[in-house]
Amino acid sequence: MTGEALAGLVFLPLLAACAVLALPSRSGRVPGTAIVVLSLVGPLVLLLPITVALWTKGAFSLQLAGFDRPLGIVWRVDALALLLLWLHAVVGALVGVQALASYPTATDRGRRFWPLWLLLSGGMNALLLSADLFNLYVTLELVTLAAIGLIAIDGKPAALKAAMRYLLLALMASLLYLLGVGLIYGQTGTLDLYQAGQTLDPALLPITALVLMLTGLLVKSAIFPLHIWLPDAHGNAPGPVSAILSAMVVKVSIYIIWRLWFWMAPAWELMTAANLLGVLGAVAIFYGSILALSQKRLKMIIAYSTVAQLGYLMLVFPLASAVAFQGAVYHLLSHGLAKAAMFMAAANILLSLGTDNIKRLSGLDQRLPMDVFTLALAGVSIMGLPPSGGFLGKWLLLTAAWQQDGWAWMVVIVAGGLLSAAYVFRILAATCFHPKAAGHNRNIKALPPAPASIAALALALMAIIAGFASAPILGLLEAGLPPEMP
Amino acid sequence: MNSLTLYVMTASALFGIGVYGLIIAGHLLRKLLALNLMGNAVFILMVTVAGPFEHGPDPVPQALVLTGIVIAVSATALALALMVRLYRETGRATLGDNDGDEEVDDG
Repeated sequence: MTGEALAGLVFLPLLAACAVLALPSRSGRVPGTAIVVLSLVGPLVLLLPITVALWTKGAFSLQLAGFDRPLGIVWRVDALALLLLWLHAVVGALVGVQALASYPTATDRGRRFWPLWLLLSGGMNALLLSADLFNLYVTLELVTLAAIGLIAIDGKPAALKAAMRYLLLALMASLLYLLGVGLIYGQTGTLDLYQAGQTLDPALLPITALVLMLTGLLVKSAIFPLHIWLPDAHGNAPGPVSAILSAMVVKVSIYIIWRLWFWMAPAWELMTAANLLGVLGAVAIFYGSILALSQKRLKMIIAYSTVAQLGYLMLVFPLASAVAFQGAVYHLLSHGLAKAAMFMAAANILLSLGTDNIKRLSGLDQRLPMDVFTLALAGVSIMGLPPSGGFLGKWLLLTAAWQQDGWAWMVVIVAGGLLSAAYVFRILAATCFHPKAAGHNRNIKALPPAPASIAALALALMAIIAGFASAPILGLLEAGLPPEMP
Repeated sequence: MNSLTLYVMTASALFGIGVYGLIIAGHLLRKLLALNLMGNAVFILMVTVAGPFEHGPDPVPQALVLTGIVIAVSATALALALMVRLYRETGRATLGDNDGDEEVDDG
């Protein structure tokens, strides 16, 4: 039963992508919409038996086609993979509501958009399940190429340039990763992440391989100073695409970094490298926040906020404790929900105003109250105010730093929270500003579709609720901690 | 110099030329060629990893290289399509500095 459900997670989106592509252009809107809705809701249902299995039996593996390691490919489900699969299913379904509104399946735009979107979705599910180094490479390429197609889909020059820059860097990054995989295979004769970890020693060649793979993945997850492609790509992509890029696509490469670091090489003494990664994260927090403060466009502010918030996910390397790991995963989950909500609200605003220039947002709180409310609620989680999910993630990281007397890391976490408050309030102040001369916002062209606003609000609410409903998630993580984690 | 050293040195040289080209070249087509050169360097290294040993070469890295080539071809095709579209929209096949904000900004 769980095997079929796992296969469904990957093949349902892929089959749906083919089906949308194969539909005759005159088939009307019903069949296309039905296929898309099925593939958006399907993962939520398929994840139920998988969750039950993990809850009762603990982590489990699946050998594809019955071939065992080292030759066969193994899928592995543990707490981390399951939580990210849930995040992807929930964010994907709700962002999909907005995508359906802006890219109806019966139109030409929709027929170009949905196959790529579903390919991205299937690729990400496969990536999260895979425990095979080369399979991870293939799925990561699938995710990246589909994401680049989605950024460029409307053919606007700014988006095309951003997509091109992303593509060049991403291709270089995947070659670095592949080089590392080749070296590791040469050393161990296996591609299985766990099996390779058991045979590898921290000698020169394995460490070179790990560094190559990490460098490639740091480019793909846009960690400072390798983030240069992210703001333009996320800020110029179509609304729903920005949401899924910031919520999921950058996170899956961080997921692979965690897998390599904590599962493949858990016993290596890499404190210097861990501190270096932590410092990069700290610089990213300051740099991203300060640049977010100086942006002119709402979507660019949110994109730079992503650069900053990804920095927190790097702090788990120097802290390296169970609490820090729980905090980082919790931060990842709540940031995914909140950032998707923010990008969706920004897309709604962009749609109704025709611009997202921060100066033109005045009086918007009265014209688009729901979207402004979404921005505020998601902002609460981004800032890390209690009782949101973002607060809990940062609080756990802070606790981990406190336990280890890591004063520098505590300063970084607290200062990063204050800086994010500054840019969130800059957005809210702009929308709630009512200059007498200009009156209410007259530039408004059309109201955004109601389902899009409701879906964004639902995501923002979930980011807040994550602060209350933490017990089962943290319990699951507690049971699925990486090996050798103090 | 044995053949192993020769392969590794060729791969390193190709990779270096690729990195240089990717950074220096302005035209996107040159950047793509440089990337493909880097890809070939990685593939050569992976074929080197495959042997031949006493009982013959290891087929797994060669299969990986085949998959890698397929991925490289599709990525290059996507990049070429993007480049052509970019040229049609902007009249240039380079990544200039004036991008991002201005074009969407209504001022």
